[in-house]
Amino acid sequence: MIQYTKFVLENGLRVLVHPDDTTPMAVVNIMYDAGARDEDPGKTGFAHLFEHLMFGGSINIADYDEPLQLAGGENNAYTTNDLTNYYLQLPAQNLETAFWLESDRMLSLAFSEKSLEVQRKVVSEEFKEHYINKPYGDVWHKLRELAYSTHPYRWMTIGKELKHVEDATLADVKQFFFKHYRPQNAILVVAGNVQLEEVKRLAEKWFGPIESGEPYTRDLPKEPRQTKDRYLEVSADVPIDALYMAWHMCDRLDPKYFPTDLMTDILGGSASSRLHQKLVKERQLFSGIACYHLGTLDPGLVVIDGKLVSGVTMQQAEQAVREEIKKIMDEPVSERELQAVINKTESMIAFEDMSVLNRANSLAFYELLGDASLINTELARYQSVTAADIQQVANEIFREGNCNILQYKGKISQS
Amino acid sequence: MSLELLFEAGAAFEAKAQVAAAVNTLIKNGTQDKSAFEIAETVDFYGAYLNTQCSTEYSSLTLSCLSRQLPNLLPLLVELLTESQFPQQELDIYKQNSLQRLQMNLKKGEFVAGRLIDAYAYGPRHPYGKYTHKEDLIALNRQDLLDFYKGFYTHGRLKIFVAGKLPKDIFTLLNDSLGNLPFNQADSTLSSIDYSHDPDQEKLHTVINDDSSVQGAIRLERLMPGRKSPDWSGLMVLNTVFGGYFGSRLMSNIREDKGYTYGIHSYLQNHIHESAWVVSTEAGRDVCGETIKEVWKESTLLKTELVDKEELQLVKNYVIGSVLGTLDGPFQIINRWKSYILHDLSADHFDKHMEVVKTIQPAALKALAEKYMDESKFYQLTVF
Repeated sequence: MIQYTKFVLENGLRVLVHPDDTTPMAVVNIMYDAGARDEDPGKTGFAHLFEHLMFGGSINIADYDEPLQLAGGENNAYTTNDLTNYYLQLPAQNLETAFWLESDRMLSLAFSEKSLEVQRKVVSEEFKEHYINKPYGDVWHKLRELAYSTHPYRWMTIGKELKHVEDATLADVKQFFFKHYRPQNAILVVAGNVQLEEVKRLAEKWFGPIESGEPYTRDLPKEPRQTKDRYLEVSADVPIDALYMAWHMCDRLDPKYFPTDLMTDILGGSASSRLHQKLVKERQLFSGIACYHLGTLDPGLVVIDGKLVSGVTMQQAEQAVREEIKKIMDEPVSERELQAVINKTESMIAFEDMSVLNRANSLAFYELLGDASLINTELARYQSVTAADIQQVANEIFREGNCNILQYKGKISQS
Repeated sequence: MSLELLFEAGAAFEAKAQVAAAVNTLIKNGTQDKSAFEIAETVDFYGAYLNTQCSTEYSSLTLSCLSRQLPNLLPLLVELLTESQFPQQELDIYKQNSLQRLQMNLKKGEFVAGRLIDAYAYGPRHPYGKYTHKEDLIALNRQDLLDFYKGFYTHGRLKIFVAGKLPKDIFTLLNDSLGNLPFNQADSTLSSIDYSHDPDQEKLHTVINDDSSVQGAIRLERLMPGRKSPDWSGLMVLNTVFGGYFGSRLMSNIREDKGYTYGIHSYLQNHIHESAWVVSTEAGRDVCGETIKEVWKESTLLKTELVDKEELQLVKNYVIGSVLGTLDGPFQIINRWKSYILHDLSADHFDKHMEVVKTIQPAALKALAEKYMDESKFYQLTVF
């Protein structure tokens, strides 16, 4: 059971406090309800570029990192398609330094031309390092564009193309900030060796005066139901052929999320999973294969991806995957298989919750989902999943016409 | 809780290359009574994770599970340490998959750069310099694996590290299972490892791995004394100033000011016998030369000018805070103890080290920079 107290400031900022006096550290986590899905299709990569700019100085503080490091703190941030999260930890005595820094950059950024110019270059190098200069680096660009015709999940957080990032202007940055980075779009979690009353006082003092801003209403285009399987063949300079198959699934708040999550574990989550055992070990068609889902807030994707053993054709590989899928649609999983993935989920949650940083992050995430107390009921929801539930979601997800198949083929190269 | 079984069974003990890593991975892929699938299924059924790791001197099996499941899993561990069979079919799959992975990694400039630079600095046969060749993987055979396994695991030299919310009868549980096994009979010990150097004659290297790459992987490296050196704690502070944290000189200049790279870091390798100082980055193809020039510019500054008092205070506070931050929870704490034990450091090492961090002065850092930041001692490699 993870204990916490929640209160809301007048400007709409939600604050959650999770004291834990077994650590000498304090954690401050701010999650903004803005991700790549909130971007304009002509200006993608913005939420992530923006995350970089959040370290380029705020209205009253020229440099974010320096004072934090001086206080013995460390920080980082990440952007997903759904949200942006900033977190830091520092010795608990220095907690107020964190409030000072985080509240100033929520108040307003410095919007410096130099910072934008440098971070445009840094993000361009990040784009190159991870998505161009790497074998299979463009897979997710292609797969998202294939699977989503309408919903903004069709681009990645890094952006659809380098040009969008290179063209970003200071005016775009300002607009994005005042639209999304307002108190009512944010969740503040303070955890670790902290006292509730002290956090209340600091939250009022530092975040209380920030204007709440205009409410942002998210109205994203819905992905239409897919009725026909889609194929895309790509040829690139990679040594090994790879097969990616992706099916549309439910959103994060749907009760079917839990059986879907367990189903992907049974199919391809570990060394004893079905796909690994059948297709890597017994039939030796793949050198590695995995099944997972993207865990997004809006309806996401179940993905199976594998690297083919050389000499195996794409058709053989796809056929073999489809045979395994048919089994999970036609027959209920065994009680032992179900128990195993539930046990695994229980220990995974226990291990994740060992770190105060993870607990703070999870609390923010569940609050963003709508209710932080979900953090304490997740395990029970997994434990109540039945074999029939899994069979039902398997039949909905793996229905005919719902699949996107990316065949990523290696060119015959001379080396 | 976590239970780590750490054997003196790293790659430095193998007679034929790649045997230690293969044994470490395949130890859980089949015993007299259980197939690889049955082993994996048992681990999964009890909600546990069984990870293996092979490094230069040591190899380990780490079991992570809820404490109440430990009694269900200890018999399996005993079985793995005494009855593993290394079935031919498992070995064949392992070889095939390792070859594929190697082939794929060789496409990545950063992978190629990482292995070449160590081979230049230590020599290609040195335990810290040798790397995986295709031929070694192809030559793996079952009998070599079985021999290595019997010598270095079944009869191997073992240390156990256990941490977490432990069962009350943990010692009884361990003694009744692992306590009955014939460990610590191996002939080879750490002192029999040959660490002689055979460095490359040429210091400057450029390698074309992929003509069309948009970035170059840069690695600069020189050999250094290990953690027992009296200079070590001071060097850790100096390295932090240079390229060891987000606000470092290298990051501030080359990422935050010039935007040549997504990240640039320097670090001291944490090997047991000796160490090396490494600068590592992936930079835009056309700015690789400029990037290296800027690195030397920063090192020259450290050799010629005293680090500003405020900057040093910041670095000290940062180091102290991050040490505090890495002591979060029992797994992290046991890892720190493990590191002291494996490096043969005394129990008061932590306090001594922190004392140096807190008190070191700019002049001492400058002296260390002059002593160790000699450009001519560094190997320089760019892989495109």
